[in-house]
Amino acid sequence: MAKNDLQGSLDLLVLKTLAQMGDMHGYGIVLHIQRASDDLLSVEEGSLYPALHRMEQSGWVSSKWALTDTKRKAKFYKLTPVGRKQLKDAEESFEQLVKGVRAMLRYA
Amino acid sequence: MSIASRMMNLFRRAKVQREIDRELAAHIEMRTEDNRTAGMSLQEARHDALLRFGNRSVMRERATEADAALWLESLWNDVRYACRQLLRNPGFALTAIVVLALGMGASVAIFAFVDAALIKPLPYSDPARLVSLYETVPSCLLCNVSYQNFRDWQRAARSFRSIDVWGYARYALHSAGGIEPTEGARVSDGFFRTLGVTPMLGRDFYPGEDAPGAPRTMLISYAAWQKHFSGSRDVVGKTIHLDDLNYTIIGVLPREFHFSQRGDAEFWAALNDPDGCQKRRGCHSLFGVARLKDGVTVAAAAAEMTTIAAQLEKQYPESNRGFGAVVRRLSEAEGGQIRPILLVLLSGAGLLLLIAFVNVVSLLLVRSEGRRQEIAVRGALGATTARLMRQFMTEGLVLVAAGTSLGLGTAYSVMRLLLGLIPANRMQAMPYLNGLGFSAPVWAFAVGIAVLAAMLFAVAPALRLRARELRGDLAEGSRGSAGKTWRRLGSKLVMVELATAVVLLVGAGLLGKSLYLLLHVNPGFEPDNLASVLVSVPKSYATDAQVMALERVIESRVGALPGVKSVGISSSTPVRSWDGGTYIMVAGKPMPKERNDVPERDVSAGYLPTLDAKLLRGRYFTEAEDDPAKPRVVVINESMAKQFFPGEDAVGKQLAYAGSKQTVQIIGVVEDIKEGQLDSPNRAAMYVPFNQDSWGSFNVVLRTSLSPGALLPSLASSLHEVDAEIPVSEPTTIREAIRDSNAAYLHRASAWLVGGFAGVALLLAVVGLYGVIAYSVSQRTREIGVRMALGAQRGTVYGLVLKQAGWLTVVGIGAGLVCAVALATLMRSLLFGTQAWDAMTLSAVAAVLAVFALLASYIPARRAASVNPVEALRAE
Repeated sequence: MAKNDLQGSLDLLVLKTLAQMGDMHGYGIVLHIQRASDDLLSVEEGSLYPALHRMEQSGWVSSKWALTDTKRKAKFYKLTPVGRKQLKDAEESFEQLVKGVRAMLRYA
Repeated sequence: MSIASRMMNLFRRAKVQREIDRELAAHIEMRTEDNRTAGMSLQEARHDALLRFGNRSVMRERATEADAALWLESLWNDVRYACRQLLRNPGFALTAIVVLALGMGASVAIFAFVDAALIKPLPYSDPARLVSLYETVPSCLLCNVSYQNFRDWQRAARSFRSIDVWGYARYALHSAGGIEPTEGARVSDGFFRTLGVTPMLGRDFYPGEDAPGAPRTMLISYAAWQKHFSGSRDVVGKTIHLDDLNYTIIGVLPREFHFSQRGDAEFWAALNDPDGCQKRRGCHSLFGVARLKDGVTVAAAAAEMTTIAAQLEKQYPESNRGFGAVVRRLSEAEGGQIRPILLVLLSGAGLLLLIAFVNVVSLLLVRSEGRRQEIAVRGALGATTARLMRQFMTEGLVLVAAGTSLGLGTAYSVMRLLLGLIPANRMQAMPYLNGLGFSAPVWAFAVGIAVLAAMLFAVAPALRLRARELRGDLAEGSRGSAGKTWRRLGSKLVMVELATAVVLLVGAGLLGKSLYLLLHVNPGFEPDNLASVLVSVPKSYATDAQVMALERVIESRVGALPGVKSVGISSSTPVRSWDGGTYIMVAGKPMPKERNDVPERDVSAGYLPTLDAKLLRGRYFTEAEDDPAKPRVVVINESMAKQFFPGEDAVGKQLAYAGSKQTVQIIGVVEDIKEGQLDSPNRAAMYVPFNQDSWGSFNVVLRTSLSPGALLPSLASSLHEVDAEIPVSEPTTIREAIRDSNAAYLHRASAWLVGGFAGVALLLAVVGLYGVIAYSVSQRTREIGVRMALGAQRGTVYGLVLKQAGWLTVVGIGAGLVCAVALATLMRSLLFGTQAWDAMTLSAVAAVLAVFALLASYIPARRAASVNPVEALRAE
């Protein structure tokens, strides 16, 4: 993904990941986005944590410390109902954006 | 997250950061592990994990900042850091704060005066609709109103909701301590209703209470209530004994009520006993106050009044000839007289503030130059430009906050100081100054200045940061070519400072010269060793003969006091006003088209000799001529002789009072005595024997061989020996009276205050110049070293530095002189005997500033010339 990632789309990717995969830690989110997008998108790790913390402040996600599969302690994030609603809104507006851009490109 | 938990985070910052650190560590370890699985070496795996992550401390900060409350904490950290930075360089911080406080203190204090006198609405309801009414003749533009004309105005005028009048009164109050002269006023019944003032206790005058023969009633001021009745609430209905008459007190005026034209009046009586003057249409003793009807402009009202005055002139040509009517806003009469001086002072304070701002900005810029490397290093370590800017802004804001609080303190002290410097009698004429203080507009002004300062001091250095190539600075390091931008900007700022200082110095110089010239005006008499006292004639002296006898006794009794050389009596002392005009003409000649109103002074035979007036022709009166039975005689002044008898000898000629058959013979001509204020031009005046129609009071003037001030107490007691019932007031020496006269006071106050501003401005400008030159020398040490190594002489180095300073000084002074002349033209009304372009003042200011500038640049030039070339080069 481009360096000047739009914050909106990073939020969308993170929220969607948590919706698809359930509770996840930061590193897992990075890996999932990369894998699910067929390596087309890669999240800049430096931007992820500030974004996660902001979403937590906004009440979209909640967090708790838990053990990973490899028995390592990590902070897991979980989508809250508010976050689910936010994801729906973000998905819709993204669809609108894509539709708009596509229509624009097809315009002869 | 709830607000509470956010607030908790403030105290848990360390915990939050530890948690973030742990989270990031876990992330990096997981990545490292995966990398290892993918076949990298441990070192490679770890390096890759860290690289992907970027700057960890920056990210940690950003993650923490997601919390608004924590952002506040980081702001607090910035403030602490800023304070530390300022403390590390206390000289800089202290200078900047003190300079800022000086500029703010002066301008806020002066603005508070402007607010109290000119901005704050008068304590009347809807003061914008209030006007004052005057009659007008060429010799007296804003003249008193005659009682009968006032009654006709009330009947005829349609522009006003109401018209009322007030007039001066003095009352002798009989109290336990004896006779006490008090100030008062006589007003028509609707006076307070017109102003929209309701008594706080009791009632206002009823309509008709000012009719002739109505019972004598009065309202008292709040101060009088406190002073004479110790605030007792049963004062209403009480009888008070004033001037041998009984008045019923019907109410007390509110505490905040003031009427500056009669600021010290304690007793406000209804105008129900027309005195001799009020019975004559030609006698003018009152002042009009009126409330405009809604929708009527001052101009429309003035037009109507002009028409009414013209009708009255036609109807009563004898008394009203030449009299027009004038309408002015009441706010011009109340507080208007100190308007020009306040505006000059406000401009002066504004200029001082400008210098202060410029000084602090250049100090800040020098500092930011000195910190280029620090900034570059912090930038390289990952601080974003926004972050650095915030840091700079915080430093500016801390500076402004400190300067502002100190400045408000300074403003408060300056206000108290200036108020304390105003003599009590002057304070009474400016009652609105009692409301001086931090009112809403003053706060707004102070906040405005603080915001402006914050914008300048916080934003200016921060903006420079943005344009800066950080990496370049880092490489440049301490290389001498650094401060080029600043040198250019800084020298421009210094020119502004110098020019501003010139403007203030020229202003102070012109005002000082005006004051000097004013105090050295020839008053036409010898003011040293003269004292005077005002004697009110008690009502028990009913006839002119009795008053005459009293004057004679007083003259002989006072003349016998040890140390008194001579004594005289006059209806007015000199250096007061040219008022009291009488319509006069040359006997036997037709009435001139224009009125000739000549001020008349009723004086005893001893008065003019006591003043040491210079008799030019003829003789003075004799005591025998102080007798109404004798043919009437007059001594006129030189201006009058020239005006009425150009090219002729006035002595022996006859004058006549308009509308009267009686003639008076001129027996002498004296050199002009300054009857009006020192800055007023001389006018015709005449001196007639004090033999009839007493004014109810007179001044006793005496020439002493001892210090006149020491004689005043024995003077009062000897007057009371004549009659214990005589109210005696205004004991003063003539020197004091001149020193405290309106014109002298205004000129002195403005000269001293602007002089003070100019002094501070000079200091700041010179310090500013020194700063620029010294900084430039320190930046050019290497260049100077090279020059000297290549054979430049010390003289050349001096020349190099002094040339730079000289150029700045010349341009600054030149620009300043041009601005000064332009601005001084605007304060013409405060100048006396000198022009805005007074060459002496301008060249003196230029010389003073040049000398100071030379001094300020000599020190750094000396330092430059003593540079050791070897050391300068090795220092690189």
